Amino acid sequence: MTEATLTAKDFQSDQEVRWCPGCGDYAILKSVQSVFPELGIPRENFVVVSGIGCSSRFPYYMSTFGFHSIHGRAPGFATGLKVTRPDLDVWVVTGDGDGLSIGGNHLIHALRRNVGIKILLFNNRIYGLTKGQYSPTSEVGKRTSSTPLGSVDNPFNPLALALGAGATFVARSVDIFQAHLKDVLRRAAAHKGTAFVEIYQNCNIFNDQAFSYVTDKTSRTDGVVYLEHGRPLAFGSKGSEKGLRQNGFGFEVVDLAAGSYTEEDCVVWDETPANPALAFMMAQMAGTGPADLPTPVGVLRCVEVPSFESGVIAQIQGEVGRRGAQTLHDLLHSGDTWTVEPPPA
Amino acid sequence: MTSPAATDSPSEKANVAGRPLAATEKVSDVVVRFAGDSGDGMQLTGTQFTNTSALMGNDLSTLPDFPAEIRAPAGTLPGVSAFQVRIADYDIHTPGDLPDVLVAMNPAALKTNIGELKPNGVVIVNVNEFKDRNFVKARYASNPLEDGSLAGYRVFPVELTRLTREALKELGLDNRSQDRSKNFFALGMVYWLFSRPLDSTIEWLEVKFKRKPEIAEANVRALKAGWNYCDITGLFQVRYEVEPAPLAPGTYRNVNGNSALALGLVAASRRSGLPLFLGSYPITPASTVLHELARYKHFGVTTFQAEDEIAAVCAAIGAAFGGALAVTATSGPGFALKSEAMNLAVMVELPLVVCNVQRAGPSTGMPTKTEQADLLQAMFGRNGESSVPIVAPSSPADCFDAAVEACRIAVRHMVPVVLLSDGYLANGAEPWRLPAVEDLPDLRVEFASDPATFQPYRRDEETLARPWAIPGTPGLEHRIGGLSKADVTGEVSYDPLNHEKMIRLRAAKVERVADSLPPLEVVGDGEGLLVVGWGSTLGAITGAVNQARRDGYRVSRVHLRHLNPLPKDLGDVLARFDQVLLPELNSGQLALLLRGRYLKDVKSLSKIQGRPFTRGEIYAKIVELAAAR
Repeated sequence: MTEATLTAKDFQSDQEVRWCPGCGDYAILKSVQSVFPELGIPRENFVVVSGIGCSSRFPYYMSTFGFHSIHGRAPGFATGLKVTRPDLDVWVVTGDGDGLSIGGNHLIHALRRNVGIKILLFNNRIYGLTKGQYSPTSEVGKRTSSTPLGSVDNPFNPLALALGAGATFVARSVDIFQAHLKDVLRRAAAHKGTAFVEIYQNCNIFNDQAFSYVTDKTSRTDGVVYLEHGRPLAFGSKGSEKGLRQNGFGFEVVDLAAGSYTEEDCVVWDETPANPALAFMMAQMAGTGPADLPTPVGVLRCVEVPSFESGVIAQIQGEVGRRGAQTLHDLLHSGDTWTVEPPPA
Repeated sequence: MTSPAATDSPSEKANVAGRPLAATEKVSDVVVRFAGDSGDGMQLTGTQFTNTSALMGNDLSTLPDFPAEIRAPAGTLPGVSAFQVRIADYDIHTPGDLPDVLVAMNPAALKTNIGELKPNGVVIVNVNEFKDRNFVKARYASNPLEDGSLAGYRVFPVELTRLTREALKELGLDNRSQDRSKNFFALGMVYWLFSRPLDSTIEWLEVKFKRKPEIAEANVRALKAGWNYCDITGLFQVRYEVEPAPLAPGTYRNVNGNSALALGLVAASRRSGLPLFLGSYPITPASTVLHELARYKHFGVTTFQAEDEIAAVCAAIGAAFGGALAVTATSGPGFALKSEAMNLAVMVELPLVVCNVQRAGPSTGMPTKTEQADLLQAMFGRNGESSVPIVAPSSPADCFDAAVEACRIAVRHMVPVVLLSDGYLANGAEPWRLPAVEDLPDLRVEFASDPATFQPYRRDEETLARPWAIPGTPGLEHRIGGLSKADVTGEVSYDPLNHEKMIRLRAAKVERVADSLPPLEVVGDGEGLLVVGWGSTLGAITGAVNQARRDGYRVSRVHLRHLNPLPKDLGDVLARFDQVLLPELNSGQLALLLRGRYLKDVKSLSKIQGRPFTRGEIYAKIVELAAAR
């Protein structure tokens, strides 16, 4: 059987994409469609599961098996599917509302269990599909249709939440950082347990420019630090004029160009510690632009822990090996039985 | 006792102490109720008596009755746990309206249960617990053993605590450990009273406490001590025998409803060739379905204890999408939580079995008490036009067949099916005649495979079911979900006529399930009064109708296993009768449906007390209706 090489086009469904013009979801779709063919997996083995929201329309635009489920519950469907069919490559697409509000419980349990699924959370800090209410990641004071005087509640930090739930792969990228996003998706694809990826996504209708402090021309270099395992944390328009040094339980920016600090003073990024404290510190680093702390993107954590489904399946296979010879007849007849004979003829 | 079949003359042999042996009387059926504190082991005691009697060949029926709390304060009224078992030498249908024998381990147990003991019934009490503080806890103003209030019964006060400690004193256990064996002393006594052998209980104890032989030893000693106490002291002048019932030839095992349900699901998995996936969340009284299936991994069964009820059903639907035989099991409150996900299953038209082991509601209700009040929820408790097949077992052993039937409908018709059991069936036990595996239906299905002809919603001409196309099948890639979708292609569609068409198609798909149902079995004369029932009321209805017919009334009965769609011949059956009576453990839910559908004046007999109907309650209503004509 010959296997024709798959291309991005092979992953485009025939459906007309209905996101608003200018929506960040288009860029993410393009990145996913270009990474999937590289993975060496037959197209029929991919399943994209979503919940409800603009993000969750994603499966319709991929020509793979897809399941558009109910609000917040995609991780549940994905878990049942992956345990039943560990041979499949299961991707969950969710959003800040679907995944962190109604779906918060299912998200943290999927992460805790380390089910072998990849969760892409499109964070646009707003509710798009229902037309503009605030979300669990909206900033305090956000004025929206449901918070006309500004939101009074504090937002989640999705990466910190994921780390708190015990996620074994945690990463962030940005919708229009195409090359970077593809790299992160490749890393997520390769991870054996749950891969959690927060993707900053611009909703140009209800929350335009929410991430301009990351995506503006200057911000991309001076306001973002690209995490790379084994490399010192450095960033800047020329690549390394600034660095990050640990200061207490946080980071501080140091000027590498001036000469008082060198790369040796900077934290060397490490994805692998069993203790997620370093990754948590990085997740807490919330800058507001080039004049402030940078925003980290890339892989914060990647540790190898047996997946949930591997444990479940090992137990079943072990029992099948040990006792699988028992027939249904024997099962029904197990325990205390007695026989009533037919009356003598 | 009821209807002794024969009376043997006392044996001329003497027992060890030189007293004449007690006379042995044969009785046809007897109802024993064990009652004590939640910590007294009454469920265990009752179950042992049941199992021994099953092995002796009696027909039997049980009614465990225990509180929701794990351990209410000792000696209090809410802490009373009881187990009623009826054993008989003929085919019986209920655990008995009223007990003949009551074992009361403390005043609270006596207080709660004495009112139902038959006149001149036997009551065995642990007199060591009948002291001041316990009277206060049981709200007794005076000692019932002394104030004459028990004059209408045959009372046997026994120093159960002291005698148990006596029997165990060589083992070097502390008082508390010794007292834990009191229930086995009581069991030994009741075994003697009903001429039951001790062997199976002794064997059970030795296996169960293999790793703690000192506990096995203590319980075995207490069991034998209880037996010997009756044998030696001549406490009871008469002991009873209940002969085996003429059950149909075959091999039997004693089973409770949830065990039978679990086995039915495993059987369906084998007969379909599909791996069984249970997504579940612990909830009384359904948790034991999860526990049992968790022990069947060697049958390839996956059990997933999810983080909540919703994740449980969602995981099951995900498993169904992947090609598993998918099930979720819960009770009323969990069923409410699952309604949105069930509707997704309705829209994506995947097989799913949702077991609701009903309990008294609404809300948290009475978790360990039975009710049948979720029927309308199963019919209508989802947004929009959403019809799902509903199957209801009618006895503990029938839970096996009902589970197989629910799986059959689900995989054949590509639809979520509700299996509507209840707490009484789940925990109640009866002898189960084991079916031959080859007699079970063939549930094999074919997954879609041909890309040239595949369309996600192209329906089978006969069943209107869509194809089951599982991920991993080349060329069949498609997307499904909860949005309204176009006929045949399954693409998202908001077209008004298509929406209505798909709703009516799904409704028709469910209606067609009725095409494969067997004809209804009407038992009786076929005219006059018809008693219709569903679910666990079968036993009480059968007993009542049998008695009414013996008493000359023209009455018949029919029991529904399928509540949606209703059997095609039900309308004709109802039309033949002048009067229809429908006893239900709810406010008249099926009666509402039948009245609406058939325009028949169905008379509802409603009981919503967390307990099954007694035969007497239904009989009285039959008589009342017959007289009113």
